[in-house]
Amino acid sequence: MSLIKEIDFGTPRAKSEAMVTLTIDGQAITVPEGTSIMRAAMEAGTQIPKLCATDMVDAFGSCRLCLVEIEGRAGTPASCTTPVAPGLVVHTQSERLKKLRKGVMELYISDHPLDCLTCAANGDCELQDMAGAVGLRDVRYGYEGDNHVFARSGGAVNPAWMPKDESNPYFTYDPSKCIVCSRCVRACEEVQGTFALTIAGRGFDSRVSPGMSESFLGSECVSCGACVQACPTATLTEKSVIEIGQPEHSVVTTCAYCGVGCAFKAEMRGEEVVRMVPYKDGKANRGHSCVKGRFAWGYTNHKERILNPMIRERIEDPWREVSWDEAFSFAAAKFKAIQQKYGRDAVGGITSSRCTNEETYLVQKLIRAGFGNNNVDTCARVCHSPTGYGLSQTFGTSAGTQDFDSVEETDVVIVIGANPASAHPVFASRLKKRLRQGAKLIVIDPRRTEMVEAPHLKALHLPLMPGTNVAVMTALAHVIVTEGLVNEAFVRERCDWSEFEEWAAFVAQPNNSPEATAILTGVDPKALREAARIYATGGNGAIYYGLGVTEHSQGSTTVIAIANLGMVTGNIGRPGVGVNPLRGQNNVQGSCDMGSFPHELPGYRHISTDAVRDQFEAMWKVQLNPEPGLRIPNMFDAAIEGSFKGLYVQGEDILQSDPNTSHVVAALSAMECVIVHDLFLNETANYAHVFLPGSTFLEKDGTFTNAERRIQRVRKVMTPKNGLADWEVTIALGKAMGFEMQYNHPSEIMDEIAALTPTFAGVSYAKLDELGSVQWPCNEKAPEGTPVMHIGGFVRGKGKFIVTEYLATDERTGPRFPLLLTTGRILSQYNVGAQTRRTENVVWHSEDRLEIHPHDAEQRGVRDGDWIRLKSRAGETTLRALITDRVAPGVVYTTFHHPDTQANVITTDYSDWATNCPEYKVTAVQVSPSNGPSDWQKAYEAQAKHSRRIAAVVEAAE
Amino acid sequence: MSPDRLIHMANQIGKFFQNQGHDRAVPGIAEHIKKFWDPRMRKAIFAHLDAGGTGLDPYVRDALEKLKRA
Repeated sequence: MSLIKEIDFGTPRAKSEAMVTLTIDGQAITVPEGTSIMRAAMEAGTQIPKLCATDMVDAFGSCRLCLVEIEGRAGTPASCTTPVAPGLVVHTQSERLKKLRKGVMELYISDHPLDCLTCAANGDCELQDMAGAVGLRDVRYGYEGDNHVFARSGGAVNPAWMPKDESNPYFTYDPSKCIVCSRCVRACEEVQGTFALTIAGRGFDSRVSPGMSESFLGSECVSCGACVQACPTATLTEKSVIEIGQPEHSVVTTCAYCGVGCAFKAEMRGEEVVRMVPYKDGKANRGHSCVKGRFAWGYTNHKERILNPMIRERIEDPWREVSWDEAFSFAAAKFKAIQQKYGRDAVGGITSSRCTNEETYLVQKLIRAGFGNNNVDTCARVCHSPTGYGLSQTFGTSAGTQDFDSVEETDVVIVIGANPASAHPVFASRLKKRLRQGAKLIVIDPRRTEMVEAPHLKALHLPLMPGTNVAVMTALAHVIVTEGLVNEAFVRERCDWSEFEEWAAFVAQPNNSPEATAILTGVDPKALREAARIYATGGNGAIYYGLGVTEHSQGSTTVIAIANLGMVTGNIGRPGVGVNPLRGQNNVQGSCDMGSFPHELPGYRHISTDAVRDQFEAMWKVQLNPEPGLRIPNMFDAAIEGSFKGLYVQGEDILQSDPNTSHVVAALSAMECVIVHDLFLNETANYAHVFLPGSTFLEKDGTFTNAERRIQRVRKVMTPKNGLADWEVTIALGKAMGFEMQYNHPSEIMDEIAALTPTFAGVSYAKLDELGSVQWPCNEKAPEGTPVMHIGGFVRGKGKFIVTEYLATDERTGPRFPLLLTTGRILSQYNVGAQTRRTENVVWHSEDRLEIHPHDAEQRGVRDGDWIRLKSRAGETTLRALITDRVAPGVVYTTFHHPDTQANVITTDYSDWATNCPEYKVTAVQVSPSNGPSDWQKAYEAQAKHSRRIAAVVEAAE
Repeated sequence: MSPDRLIHMANQIGKFFQNQGHDRAVPGIAEHIKKFWDPRMRKAIFAHLDAGGTGLDPYVRDALEKLKRA
């Protein structure tokens, strides 16, 4: 193994199809028109010296090191800013160039510390490399004059010197080492799109400045690390590199946070991670990352991680550490006894959207074939199950239609019920880049999200009341149909015309107009009409949506309404368009694909289909139950009723993440054996009888499937600290229950998945190693996968328009509960926070806050930062207020990252009509001032503390 | 399982199909419940139907009758 060094071509790839041939150093090279001479040279294998150029950002031409000579042209142009032209004859090395470059380097080094031996960038410093490349041997100017290097100069304080900024928890900024190449500033602008950095001052005073000469932590910086990656010196350096040193080998793997699925190089020293660096060949992220993926992996070594299996008879008892074998036999005996006493269907399990495809597949296999029932579900139940239902009804597949590259060809984007800048940051950066090039943005969201307020962008924001998505989407369709904006040719060719006519007649009804629905939705009818016109007529239109769409009583209906809009405007089946669900967790798509839903076997085939069941029965050598099993909310209901007694939960914290916490507590308390398989004693574990320690994504092999249907490898870079990878734990648990599953490596599990799942038929580890990744369907028809779906026709045949009637949720505001609560995420934290709360990310978000409009706050006598009581029909909690006009009057908002807040004590049992996906996004609440924690919070904390006790290990007597 | 919750869920399904008219809505509702409800949930709602089916919307009642016969 060695360190993977990607080639830096100096400037980005040109997209032109016209090719140009030129000669560089006597060698003919053909490249796309628009390519820089620097890049053309690199493609021919010649590295022209450079400092300010890197291929993640556009050419800048400031360092004057990459000069070349071109026959017939005067002077020495910079090769990064000079495009190729047919017949050019370029020389990259001559006496004149050598002299010029050496002179430039001499000037740079005259204002740079010479502490190379003790510098953190030693071994990874482009300045050092270039000094070597140009043959710099001495610096004639000395170090006595004005400089940025020394704190004191000539005995006096040096005003040009600035101390290190160590405010960011993950990297440092050392101004004395800065060469003002602007790579960090440009990465922040062009790659990340935050514009947090600038060059302050002019001439010799120029320096990198976060915000208005603020600290990194105090500025708008979102800590994505693009600047650190871009820095050619030790000016911006990961603290982990400063502490550990340079890595010696690296392994390409996939991030275990959100559904974007960024590819990373895990840069290692032995089994210690030195840093995570986004991989330029990663097709989802193209070399970019966010604060979570790049930096927030400290949880893998956190002191609270549990490394030994534990058991207990009752949840009131302290945990007892035992051997793996004892834990497996204990769990198996409990589950078998439950099945004997209460029946085969009294147990079930939950697969994890954080685990690999292979692990998820094994858990559902264990449940279907080992437990003998179909009581398997996954956390997608509470996030994107409506996507599965809605898109399979209309298009015929339960997945998004595009790859992320598609956004580069989009002209109009609708973002509804999603805040990618917080929850899918790397996609947001790619989207914002396209928007800065001129694409138009429509945001449909109750809050003025970061997407609405992003720098250098102008969004058309439709702030709707929570719970009225269907009314808004149908009103958009009303405008398109009644103003004659239908793409009739597309609809006639690709969709069922009579279903379209029925739907068109419905949406055209006057009660569906923007004007008629405004009273419900709160959306300005003029703005809504404008949005519809832009989407229907503005070129390639794409819709991206998130849980603000799905987590409603009408979640599935909204997904259908979105699909209808895509079809009626012909925005399906080519790059730049499509319907794109932004998946919450890293492997939500995969866990759904792998048959985690109780009614479906892998590949979305209903369990009642005899032919499909036959295949699985032949492979698994058992008879399968043809009836659908319980979904997560049904499991809770059945537990309280008494017919469901045992649950195996892999990598999910249902107590914190599922709605109406009191109800979940009641359900878990009613069970006789709860097995939690996780990294930490999470909230669910407070009600568990068996704890099986889990392994992190760094400790196992497997695959994740991201929101683009892209299957990517997860590669083991260290031995599991708990001893076993999660797939091995599931196999051993099955074995203890008498169900054998025999695999030596996760690749063998993938081979079985491929053999049983038509859309995965062409997937193998060998292919993933060869191609990097593939998007399903990957089979004989599409051996290298399918970036864009429904080209030329829909998977189901004809696209199906379905009437979407708006029905108000049963959760209503009234005098007791006059405000609507909606929930969401913040950039630095992830889901229930089990991982990110155990990293330095807490500096950005150490508690959940309640966003409330100044008007609503004043009416209640609430000031910013005050403790408030948040109460719904389901329960109450306390947290601190954050007064902001990002939310409209009547709407309040919070995140659910912290268990001591327990936002889900407030949320209700209402759920999507089709899938039981909980209605997290609409809860009627009241807010009032408070002095401190609620009775619930106090009781909860006491129970959690009691439940987390671990008995001291008693040494056996000699 | 608690009939109230199941009645609410069944009626929610019914409301989605309502605008398709009786002849399409009833099989639509029946199929949805057959495909997505675990047998114990179906058994409980059938028991409620047999006990008079209070609270069930008309199309839902027809759909459950149809499903029970199938």
